[in-house]
Amino acid sequence: MDNKHGNPFVVAFRKLFQNKLATLCFVILIIEIVAVVLAPKIAPFGYEEQNPAIKLRPGFWAQWTVVTDPNDPDYDESQQYVPGHYLGTDEYGRDVFSRLLYGGRVSLMVGFFSTLMGLVVGVVCGLLAGYYKRLDNPIMRVMDLLFTFPGILLAMLIIAMLGVNTFNAMLAISIWSIPSFARMVRGKVLQVKEEDYIMATRSLGAKDSRIIFVHILKNCLPVIIVIATMRMATSIISISTLSYLGMGVTPPQPEWGGMIAAGKKFLWDAPSLIFVPGIAVMVTVICFNILGDKLRDILDPSLKD
Amino acid sequence: MGKVLEVKDLVTTFRIGKKEYEVLRGISFDINENETVCMVGESGCGKSVTTLSVMDLLPNNGRVVSGSIKLNGQELTELSPKERNALRGKQMGMIFQEPMTALNPLLTIGRQLTEGLRLHKGLSKEEAWKVAVTYLEKVGIANPETRMKQYPFQLSGGLRQRIMIAMVMAVEPSLLIADEPTTALDVTIQKQVLVLLNKLKKDVSTGILFITHDLGVVAEIADRVIILYSGRKVEEGSIEAIFAKPLHPYTVGLMKAVPNVDEDDFDIQPIPGTFPNITEEIGGCRFHPRCPYATERCRTEVPAELEIEPGHTVSCHKVEEERGK
Repeated sequence: MDNKHGNPFVVAFRKLFQNKLATLCFVILIIEIVAVVLAPKIAPFGYEEQNPAIKLRPGFWAQWTVVTDPNDPDYDESQQYVPGHYLGTDEYGRDVFSRLLYGGRVSLMVGFFSTLMGLVVGVVCGLLAGYYKRLDNPIMRVMDLLFTFPGILLAMLIIAMLGVNTFNAMLAISIWSIPSFARMVRGKVLQVKEEDYIMATRSLGAKDSRIIFVHILKNCLPVIIVIATMRMATSIISISTLSYLGMGVTPPQPEWGGMIAAGKKFLWDAPSLIFVPGIAVMVTVICFNILGDKLRDILDPSLKD
Repeated sequence: MGKVLEVKDLVTTFRIGKKEYEVLRGISFDINENETVCMVGESGCGKSVTTLSVMDLLPNNGRVVSGSIKLNGQELTELSPKERNALRGKQMGMIFQEPMTALNPLLTIGRQLTEGLRLHKGLSKEEAWKVAVTYLEKVGIANPETRMKQYPFQLSGGLRQRIMIAMVMAVEPSLLIADEPTTALDVTIQKQVLVLLNKLKKDVSTGILFITHDLGVVAEIADRVIILYSGRKVEEGSIEAIFAKPLHPYTVGLMKAVPNVDEDDFDIQPIPGTFPNITEEIGGCRFHPRCPYATERCRTEVPAELEIEPGHTVSCHKVEEERGK
């Protein structure tokens, strides 16, 4: 037996990397995260940098799809690829690639922090509800209440009350993800707290807080990791949706959903304005979902339904 | 020899549905320092409930209704849950039946071993680690340093049970409760664990309350034996007294139900009837429906505890009447 890596989490992640698809998704996400974090260094232009001379230009693919010979009668200067603007430009002549990177920053950051906030609150609620019987009903009924709202509607409601800005959008999405964490964690706690080792820990005189936040929490981690990964995908879609509806990130700050909304006016002239951020959202979300799916298979097969 | 544990007229009930049922119907016993007391009885007779009542680890629907539990002279039933929690592990430790599930699968052995030491003895991480290693050596585990870094799933059942013992004994409690600690182990490991418990008992001069239904184990480890039947103590005595001249018909029945390899006619005599459910109302002696000697008196009157000789008590009308003659 390999004793060097007895840690069950290390073992789990090793298994994860034996799966090609999961590894691919992981690598894509890592590249994406590094790219958006380093956006100021990588992006060739600022996200607000306008150049009216080159509006709505296509990206690098124009080199092959349109006539590039200036002497050809079909030659159209406004359809030419401008070197440096890899993914073309938008209606103000801003570089789409740079905006994609900066926009990804917002999308991923909001996705991450709203998941994190929902995770912290949801996990604490779930732990308390699962461990203390008298808190179970009060906490879980509030969670049920949150569950009854369709997610995006709940988020819009919160934003309508608090005002439109990135932070409020983040807050709204995190509130939306609280109940999914709370419910899953509570279920796991109910199961774990009956285990012999929890009784054994109590017989050693451990305090409730220690039992909950060390022994039980650690055993809930597989569930939490899986849900958090899945929730990341949902949160990213949500912030994009909210921005698309004009209730999330406010312009000129780029955000993938906002970029799609801005691009829809030029659906026929410059479809890449929609496709580029759309594909970005899609790839990110699919990667998170596949990763979450595979993590679930490895960490907690019982969650499969 | 000081008394570690004194239990008097302990009554514990369980709520099932809307009714409360008595699981322990007034149990009294003592445990001295440096003494192993075995509690024997069929499944459901209240052995485990006794231990859980003492530890205050009863499930939500169970509670101690009356009686007194004194640990080192301190009355436990009057303490708040917080105060009792402070005693758990420090003054009384418990070893569980299933070593496979009694260790947290996601924490290293070292982490779990040092937890109690740091809590109860106020040791630093490094000190606790050292003490834990010496205790692992004491319970006969080779390469303790390596074991400390491993996870429970990497260890066998025997090893885990020894780790459980080390975990409990490292804090040096004055009372050790062992709830069938050898049931889940195979016979050779069982023997090792019993020897180990005996050795540790002498080292720390702990009183051990040992729960089992294996009379072989009793013969191996006990100084005194308590026989429980359906929530009542039916007989108590030194190991010699119980094995040589059992008095209560139930104890006699238990002895007859153990196969004896020395005898040629290998004949096990089971006790007729089945063990009563706690919800069943049985007047008088709880054993009378299964007792071959039951009389009208047994059906109506609860037999009193009768001292046959110092340390040997029995609760049975038949014994009382025979001695009265």
